[in-house]
Amino acid sequence: MTLKKQAGAQQSLAEQQVHWRLIFVAWFIAALSTLASLFFSEVMNLIPCVLCWYQRIFMFPLAVILLLGLHPVDIRVARYTLPLAIIGLLFTLYHCLLFYGLIPESLQPCRQGVSCADDSMVLMGFLPIPLLSLAAFAIISAVLVKVSLLARHMP
Amino acid sequence: MKQSHFTLIALLLMIAAFTVATLFYSTGLEQAQSDRASNNSAALIKDYSVRAGDPAAKVTIVEFMDPACGTCAQFYPFVKQMMSYYSGKVNLVVRYLPLHQGSDQMVAMLEAARKQGKFWEVLELMFASQSQWTVNHVAQPEVFLGFIEQAGVNVARIRQDMQAPVIQSVIQQDLADGDLLGADKTPTFFVNGKPLPSFGYKQLQALVEDELRANY
Repeated sequence: MTLKKQAGAQQSLAEQQVHWRLIFVAWFIAALSTLASLFFSEVMNLIPCVLCWYQRIFMFPLAVILLLGLHPVDIRVARYTLPLAIIGLLFTLYHCLLFYGLIPESLQPCRQGVSCADDSMVLMGFLPIPLLSLAAFAIISAVLVKVSLLARHMP
Repeated sequence: MKQSHFTLIALLLMIAAFTVATLFYSTGLEQAQSDRASNNSAALIKDYSVRAGDPAAKVTIVEFMDPACGTCAQFYPFVKQMMSYYSGKVNLVVRYLPLHQGSDQMVAMLEAARKQGKFWEVLELMFASQSQWTVNHVAQPEVFLGFIEQAGVNVARIRQDMQAPVIQSVIQQDLADGDLLGADKTPTFFVNGKPLPSFGYKQLQALVEDELRANY
């Protein structure tokens, strides 16, 4: 009985470590993306386009909420963060389609002000910001889906 | 390593990287801006530009400004005070950068007032009453024309002189020169052709004092 209990406790400790690492990866990418987007707008003086703003709205809270889910480790954090990540992912998918011209110009929602599809979106001549955003939201979403699945087996 | 330490170190590393990248990038930006100003020094001052102060002064401040810009209005007393404090040693050249909607009409009023020798009177009245004739950052020239006589001008002549086509070409030239020099916000200051390293009263005063030391 006591042995069984100990084994259970040990297993859950190992499990907790796995959860922590997964949440850490998601938080790290969210924090990195938050700082990077602040760098683009505040230091490089790139003005965020409309779609960039929506992606920021869903990225910035991830950096805060996922950090709270790390200390103490709380697997339920996926429940609160996955919806944000998925909505952000949808915006960034739409942005990438616009950027690569897969959605015609006439459907573009942001012609006034800053364009969502011009060259100012490309860093150092080869790295498009929408693609970076897509990568970030995709990884965060995938990791949080994994965390959610793990959470389903929790008591 | 404890998990909390790990998070803390990751966070600190990110903030450190952000700070270093910021310093690195802004130094490059400052240098580029200063090169741009020195490569285009002919665009700084035009013969038609409004001037204040002793023409023989060895320190010249060039200000790109917009009558509808709130920060320009807040800077005005400071620049005026500095001009009188360093009287004879510092002069001022005003360039127009009407970035607000309707602002070009305010500039036209200033140029019309200039013909009556009332440029500064009208500019002071504009800045002092700015909140009355700007709505959501859009200038309302008619509102200001309603009380412009307070500056002691002939209003009928202002209305007529404002229409002079030469004023629009002055504005276009100033906008083009601002573009060449990288002046894309108002107010943008150059002191003896040098841009401010960063924006602020103190930076402007420090740059003026540097130039005074170098020239007197």
